[in-house]
Amino acid sequence: MKKIIRVAALGGAVALALAACGSAPEETDETAGTGETSAETVDFKACMVSDAGGFDDKSFNQSGFEGLMRAVDELGIEEAHVESAADTDYTPNIDSLVAENCNLIIGVGFLLEDPIQAAAEANPDVDFALVDSAFSDADFAPVTLENGKPILFDTAQAAYLAGYAAAATSTTGKVATYGGIQIPSVTIFMDGFADGVAKFNEDNGGSVQVLGWDKATQQGVFAGNFDSQDDGKNIGQSFIDQGADIIMPVAGPVGLGTASVAQAAGNVAVIGVDSDWFETTEYGSLIMTSVMKEIGPAVFDTISEAVDGNFSSDPYVGTLENEGLGLAPFHDFESKVPADVVTKLDELKAAIIAGDITVESEASPK
Amino acid sequence: MSSQTPVPLPDAAVPPPGQTGVAETAQEPDGGRRILHEMLTSSWLVSLLAIVLALILGGLLIAAADAEVQATASYFFSRPSDLISAAWTAVSEAYAALFAGAVFDPRAEELGRAVRPFTETLTVATPLILAGLGLGIGFRAGLFNIGAQGQIILGGIFAGFIGFTFDLPPVVHLLLCVFGAALGGALWAGIAGVLKARTGAHEVIVTIMLNNIAIYLVAYLLSLDAFQRTGSNNPVSPPIPDSAAYPLLLGSGYRLHAGFLVAIAAAFFTWWLMERSTIGFRFRAVGSNPHAARTAGISVNATYVWVMLTAGALAGLAGSAQVLGTERVLTAGVAASYGFDAITVALLGRSKPLGTVLAGILFGALRAGGVVMQARTGTPIDIVLVVQSLIVLFIAAPPLVRSVFRLPSPDTPRAPKPVVPVAAKEVSA
Repeated sequence: MKKIIRVAALGGAVALALAACGSAPEETDETAGTGETSAETVDFKACMVSDAGGFDDKSFNQSGFEGLMRAVDELGIEEAHVESAADTDYTPNIDSLVAENCNLIIGVGFLLEDPIQAAAEANPDVDFALVDSAFSDADFAPVTLENGKPILFDTAQAAYLAGYAAAATSTTGKVATYGGIQIPSVTIFMDGFADGVAKFNEDNGGSVQVLGWDKATQQGVFAGNFDSQDDGKNIGQSFIDQGADIIMPVAGPVGLGTASVAQAAGNVAVIGVDSDWFETTEYGSLIMTSVMKEIGPAVFDTISEAVDGNFSSDPYVGTLENEGLGLAPFHDFESKVPADVVTKLDELKAAIIAGDITVESEASPK
Repeated sequence: MSSQTPVPLPDAAVPPPGQTGVAETAQEPDGGRRILHEMLTSSWLVSLLAIVLALILGGLLIAAADAEVQATASYFFSRPSDLISAAWTAVSEAYAALFAGAVFDPRAEELGRAVRPFTETLTVATPLILAGLGLGIGFRAGLFNIGAQGQIILGGIFAGFIGFTFDLPPVVHLLLCVFGAALGGALWAGIAGVLKARTGAHEVIVTIMLNNIAIYLVAYLLSLDAFQRTGSNNPVSPPIPDSAAYPLLLGSGYRLHAGFLVAIAAAFFTWWLMERSTIGFRFRAVGSNPHAARTAGISVNATYVWVMLTAGALAGLAGSAQVLGTERVLTAGVAASYGFDAITVALLGRSKPLGTVLAGILFGALRAGGVVMQARTGTPIDIVLVVQSLIVLFIAAPPLVRSVFRLPSPDTPRAPKPVVPVAAKEVSA
């Protein structure tokens, strides 16, 4: 036994030593390698605070962070970012970025509304942006801040298309959706999804049911959090037991739990949210499509405007028209979605952009 | 130190190892108690060295996680100075930022901003100290209370509900909220105390389960209209009015609030309770040997209940510091992980009031500094959690720290050992 350990230790040491044997780069290479990228350096610092999900949540924190990194690469700005581990971290995190002399501070997630708003009021010479929530006062009346820009998405538009496609593709006549926590940026997905299914029923005299959400009463199924994959498994399984064959979880990583029970069930598909789950998750073959919020480009545009000195507090609202929203390709499901549905979806999309169809949700940005 | 002649004396005071073991198993069939005893009796030096050791290991991790260090490691043998200087830069910058965020920021332009970090440290330390004091009382009474998290949440619920629901004159309102917070925490902990006293249910299990119940209770309450802002579905309570909030101690630029004074007052109260009062004597007696305490006429079961009520009231006050002071709003995450961090604080502080205050400030400093470290150098804040955890790990294993620093062990009989070196020295001299 001792001998084995000795041999293993020696082997490890040799491996380390060999790995460390590379030749040193020339001094000039080194400065180029460690210095700024080829883009000219701009005297601008954009900063970002995540919510408790962290920047690796495969969801909106990650999308926002990608936007920030793109700005660093393409605009040559400086950046700083802090992750929050709990709700109580937001205020100190934002404050630390103010102390770092950031020009623009972006908060990701509705949970940061109060802290960002307080920081914006206390620091009038710093610009702020907030993803997924508008600003409001204590009585929930909307407030406009000189130096605060809400980045919002009228997600119901894209979810409407997903709902229509799901209803057309379902073989059991039952589709399902559920949310993480009942907040506007979640229910807006569910409203759009339910309306899309209703539109399909109306057009085709169908009777496809939506499990997990009743738009009229605003009541439905919620996991109560954005992190427990076990909750996603339980909720997903209960939908499958009730006969649903397409499920749209609007709950960040919780949805991955649903994807894993869908995989076990075999004939159940999942609709991703926020990013194209075919690309970002390991469940590609189950992903019928995804309702995409282009948070990254929105963040990039906001930073880019601020760098050019054109920061405005007007809300950015992502829509199908400005491509802030989109429906991901069907990927493996191309053969399963009826061809006439694909053309119908294009028509619906055009109608929404033209304003002939308005997808309404209580949660839509006003 | 081994050249002193009266070496064998301590051995006479320490009972032989076999005997100690028998006494302990007779006390209660509880291995946790022995570990707890070990943690509480190791010396201050070990605590200090545990912190140093944790910071050194944390530094190694900072260096290993640094991109520049990783790049230079690939050609270590052709130019080792690169790796060393990169590692030094990474670690020194990270710890300098930690210091700047926790104590004093030399980069700040005005004095107010420069000393602000220390006030931040004290703000974060407030709930840790309060909950840590409560847990310390439990530890000294032999109760391993893991339930501070739930007790903080209940304190927060009571304080918050009284705060945003009723409209009362300023001082009365605050006092009522603070009282409510203590009551909420005490009731929650009291459940575990009563179950332990009446049925013998183990407090570790019960308090952990009560933590989960508290987390879901606050999530449920925040889904009710009575706990939500009018016109909103978000799980966030209305803000606490000024009449019920802890006043800010240093004005609006600083978050430090009167809850810190409550924490200091609570530390004095705890000292008086444990060291000077009859009740505290009973707590300690039950903690050191429940059987002897029972023989001496102390009601062990009643003491368990009182210990939990006191511990819960202090943890509840930690909840008030969050809801009435720092956050001024009740959310599901208002307790963060303070209840669990407070366990570490109480252990590091040896369950003594002064130690708990100092340990609370240290952890507050790590937390507050970690934020700035992350913002300024990009070092992941998880490093702070690793350092905190390493401190606990080393405190829980005093022999490990002693062997790293070659310290003599205070417990093991070392009669035969000194004889040889002493004799050898005499010969050589």
